[in-house]
Amino acid sequence: MSAQDLVARAQKWSKEQPWRLFGSQISILVRNEVRRNLFTRRRIGIYLLAFIPALIILIDDIFGRSSIDPAQIESKTQVLAGIVQLYYFRLGIFFACMAIFTWLFRGEMVERTLHYQFLVPVRREVLVIGKFLAGAIVAIALFETAILACFSLTYSRFGSAGKSYVFDGPGLGQLWSYLLVTALACLGYGSVFLALSLLFKNPIIPGVVIMGWEAIAPIFPSWAQMLSVTFYLKHLCPVSLPITGPLAIFTVVAEPVSPLIAVLGLVCLSIAIVALSCFLIHRVEITYTAE
Amino acid sequence: MTPDARQIVFENVSKFYGEVLGVNKVSFSLGPGITSLVGPNGSGKTTLMNLLTGLIRPSRGSISVLGLTPQQPIEFFRQVGYCTQFDSFPPGTKGYDFIYWPLRLHGFAHDQAAKLTNEALERAGMAQMARRKVAGYSKGMRQRIRLAQAIAHHPSVLVLDEPLNGLDPMARAESIALFEAIAKQGMHVIISSHILEEVDRISDRVVLMSSGYVVAEGQIREVRREVREHPMQILVRCSNAARLAGAAFELDHVVEAKILDDGRGVLVRTRDAEQFYLLLNKIVSGGLVEVDAVAPADDDVNSIYQYLIGSDGGPA
Repeated sequence: MSAQDLVARAQKWSKEQPWRLFGSQISILVRNEVRRNLFTRRRIGIYLLAFIPALIILIDDIFGRSSIDPAQIESKTQVLAGIVQLYYFRLGIFFACMAIFTWLFRGEMVERTLHYQFLVPVRREVLVIGKFLAGAIVAIALFETAILACFSLTYSRFGSAGKSYVFDGPGLGQLWSYLLVTALACLGYGSVFLALSLLFKNPIIPGVVIMGWEAIAPIFPSWAQMLSVTFYLKHLCPVSLPITGPLAIFTVVAEPVSPLIAVLGLVCLSIAIVALSCFLIHRVEITYTAE
Repeated sequence: MTPDARQIVFENVSKFYGEVLGVNKVSFSLGPGITSLVGPNGSGKTTLMNLLTGLIRPSRGSISVLGLTPQQPIEFFRQVGYCTQFDSFPPGTKGYDFIYWPLRLHGFAHDQAAKLTNEALERAGMAQMARRKVAGYSKGMRQRIRLAQAIAHHPSVLVLDEPLNGLDPMARAESIALFEAIAKQGMHVIISSHILEEVDRISDRVVLMSSGYVVAEGQIREVRREVREHPMQILVRCSNAARLAGAAFELDHVVEAKILDDGRGVLVRTRDAEQFYLLLNKIVSGGLVEVDAVAPADDDVNSIYQYLIGSDGGPA
């Protein structure tokens, strides 16, 4: 078959089955982006953000072998809840998503390679969705592995008591909740930072503003809280933290909502923000000299 | 098929970067063949190419390429291939992957994309280096791998921003032959280049740009004829140069007739080339002078560039 025949055949196929073309384009974009984002030395900072708590727990495991009294399982469960809710959701996932998702487009502008993405027969919306999914896969894979590591290290030190807590007690349910909330946090923060990277040349300052908003949102009316990612995450956390004083603002649940509403709410918020990114990408022009 | 479906049409296109002018009020229509964009640095050539391919949007006016716009990316980028001047590549990319993956995004299956990739690599003379990382390529190789990517999907419109930069003479000749072959297939090839001699040799028409404006556009000879303030130079190689020079001086429109140093020809500057050719016919048919060769001496891109843009800006 000649090259012209191949071209004509591909054109016919894409006209007849546009949705299959979009699907195939998204899978190619995801594959290439994941390879570029996950397996690279430049991501060492993000690996550190994800695995520092696991490393600290491991060091505590090695040097603090005396404290393996099964009675301490409850207190260690509180510590793990603190790590997930205060470190991962407020800092680790937040900053990692900032690095991963803002780099999807902004990084290509900096490296002067974005024009290659704009010169292929791919709708820009498809490009946004492909890149977002790739970023989400990278962030979710990294942080779910990290949380799984923290969880395993926390309970493995207790031997059979720990095993019993996980498999016969509430442990496994908590793990599933943490994994679900982590995935939702990655989607929520990811969509926010993707949109910020298309709105601002330097998304760090708006990122700090978002961080501030996420912290103070609980003092606002419930309709305003619904515009923050942590509003939904807090409702899904399986262990509540007994924090009092000013720090309680990070954990307090002002108006409880059902887990289903929380999941759907965050998914809808993420979809709405990705849809905004699909709109914003049409404004992007290749003017590398202005970067 | 409407005429616009075979043309590249710019209608009153302006582009401003804030306060800075990119291009202003550009209107023209290009048919198949090789069109060269010529002008000094900052004249707006790359802006025009980026507008054409949708990398930037016009502040005013409209652009259509074979009846399509970049807002229809699937149809548009099947027809258009753009080899940009940006000398940057995705980190860690190998030459083969650089061409293969965009073809997969076109919708080609693995074996089809592989076939087209190998064909493009062969055409650009990069088959031997395809499995190496682009980061290790020379400037000429990087230029050729970008060219290979631009032609891999057999576009109908090929846009090339300074495609001969960094190429050695052999690669340059091969690239020019490739552009000519593509143009002969009825495709549009739009080239910006500062190597005016080569542009002159291969172009069917030129678009001369200066400070964001199109100062002239059309076939090179037509454009030359339009430049009336500079008399046309005609070189005549003949047996009796003095007699021809004398006869030429009798014509009002001849402003200069200079006998060449070897005495075997005359360089005539005239405001009416047609009248001079009539005189030359008369002289030749009268047997007064034996003419070996007649050729316009300044209807090339270089001369037109000098006349219209001047040497102040320097070549683009």
